[in-house]
Amino acid sequence: MSNRLPPSVPSADLGREQRLEEIRRQAEQQGRLQIVGARPAAAPFPQASPEDGYYQIPLLKEPPWTWGIPLYFFVGGAAGAAAVVAAVANYTGADRELVRDARWIAAAGSVISPALLISDLGRPERFLAMLRVFKPQSPMSVGAWTLVGFSTGAIAAAFAGHLRDRYGPSLPLRVIENAGQAASLAFGLPFSNYTGVLIGATAVPVWNRNVGNLPLHFGASGLGAAVGLLELLGHRKSRALQALGLGAAIFETLEGAHIESHDGVYLDPLKHGPSGWITRTGGALAGPVPTLLRVASLFSSERRSQSFRRWAAASSVVGSIVTRIGWMQAGRVSARDWRLSLERDLV
Amino acid sequence: MSVTAFLTDSTLCIGCKACEVACKEWNGIDDDGLEWSGFSYDNTKSVGASTWRHVKFVEQPPVPGFGGNSGEQTSWTFSSDVCKHCEKAGCLEACPTGSIVRTEFGGVFIQPDVCNGCGYCVTSCPFGVVERNPKDGRAFKCTFCYDRQKAGLQPACAKACPTGSIKFGEIEQLRAEATNRLQELRQRGIDDATVYDPRDTSVGGTHAMFIVRGDPRSYNLPPAPEVPTAYLKKAWMSSAIAAGLLLGGTLLAFWSDGKSNGR
Repeated sequence: MSNRLPPSVPSADLGREQRLEEIRRQAEQQGRLQIVGARPAAAPFPQASPEDGYYQIPLLKEPPWTWGIPLYFFVGGAAGAAAVVAAVANYTGADRELVRDARWIAAAGSVISPALLISDLGRPERFLAMLRVFKPQSPMSVGAWTLVGFSTGAIAAAFAGHLRDRYGPSLPLRVIENAGQAASLAFGLPFSNYTGVLIGATAVPVWNRNVGNLPLHFGASGLGAAVGLLELLGHRKSRALQALGLGAAIFETLEGAHIESHDGVYLDPLKHGPSGWITRTGGALAGPVPTLLRVASLFSSERRSQSFRRWAAASSVVGSIVTRIGWMQAGRVSARDWRLSLERDLV
Repeated sequence: MSVTAFLTDSTLCIGCKACEVACKEWNGIDDDGLEWSGFSYDNTKSVGASTWRHVKFVEQPPVPGFGGNSGEQTSWTFSSDVCKHCEKAGCLEACPTGSIVRTEFGGVFIQPDVCNGCGYCVTSCPFGVVERNPKDGRAFKCTFCYDRQKAGLQPACAKACPTGSIKFGEIEQLRAEATNRLQELRQRGIDDATVYDPRDTSVGGTHAMFIVRGDPRSYNLPPAPEVPTAYLKKAWMSSAIAAGLLLGGTLLAFWSDGKSNGR
């Protein structure tokens, strides 16, 4: 090597010259240098291939929605289920206070839901563009119209019921209350779970691979939240609510078990990384935790039973919120996963 | 007024980015900023709200002759990417406002004055083309130069392409041209060239076809794109079952509760 050195190099620097040769050899042979402090970001040079796609750049765009949308999924799900509970409780002659509170939850959700959607759209009048057309092939369009029908019905039922309690019954109030109740029931049924259709029928792999159970999952999550909110408002003696809460919690437990027991690269965002931990936390809070608390409440004294149910209720509500956030995050991670769009047959 | 298409031939592309520049100038699109990606000469990485034409610089392990290089050098090909203008377009189906329409030329066009920025088209595009503009929240993508086509002109990118890599014309004519070009390339010994036009998937073919060498996946062209409406039946079925369970369960719970309370 030293015979290549120009004669002007002082002999004391020979070691440094040899080091340069060594660096060159490393770069040539390994494509990268292993020296403390030297991190050539691009080395080894990335290459495109059928396995790595185009430099592992994700094909899909991430879902662009802000924090308001998963929150809307929660609010809408709870409100829809609450309206169904209110209507059925009223038809079967359950106590008036339960009906009233369930209606108020539905009405509150009817006000908060558009606000959350508008927060994502940026300007209020943009929401009106949703009502230009009705497109059955677009879950977003179906959802927007369902929301309009549901909100009108739920708010009408709650206010007419309120006025009747306050000023006594009258024919117009009864007509508005019943029509509102019927509408909030009819629209509440799809409204409580359509968000599962909304994200299921997209190009995002983790969502569309779960399209068959997302609406069921979100529906159970909404019911758990609605029952939880009612119990937190004080209805902790209703056996019907206990049964519904238990049913929703058991369903969510099964949903969690279903996801955990299946393998596949497309399920990774639900199990690993931050999005996986959010989904798992939400799943635990909505499924096994309230299930155990509710079972415990069945076999304990009156006072302790109510306390158990309060905790189960709180757990279900928080679990429902966290579940929606988890699925939204999982969708982002899934869209970023460059491997998935290159697969021919995703397992 | 015929149904038109792009045929982008990567074997003719020299990576000059004239199409990107022409597209940006004609359509008045925002700049992308300058961020070094480290991926060859590609610092835009993908099509998006502010990149409607995007030249990919595809460096692959050395294959003698591939990309015109000698055997020991990295193979280097270029390909100008664009909105695929699907025959069954996920964005168009998903758009709740009717902003996204099919034009008389067969292209998929977002009417910017109708778009309300819901972002559903972004999640519904199996090619990751549509994107929200972070400045005003609305979705943007290639318009297939609807304004120019209306005036009988070819799209800006096709007009600016100096090598004829971006071809524009009547769709069936271009399909035939793609087959001819493939044969011509085969005769010259380039037998790894393929046409990317996913007609056998639920997307049902595109109005932007590509001729690439080797596996299209190296160009981020997905082998099995699915239009999300394909999932609708399963989704609404599940929704109906969920609604039925909710109604039935609630009725059962309150009815049996009322009965045991002696009502």
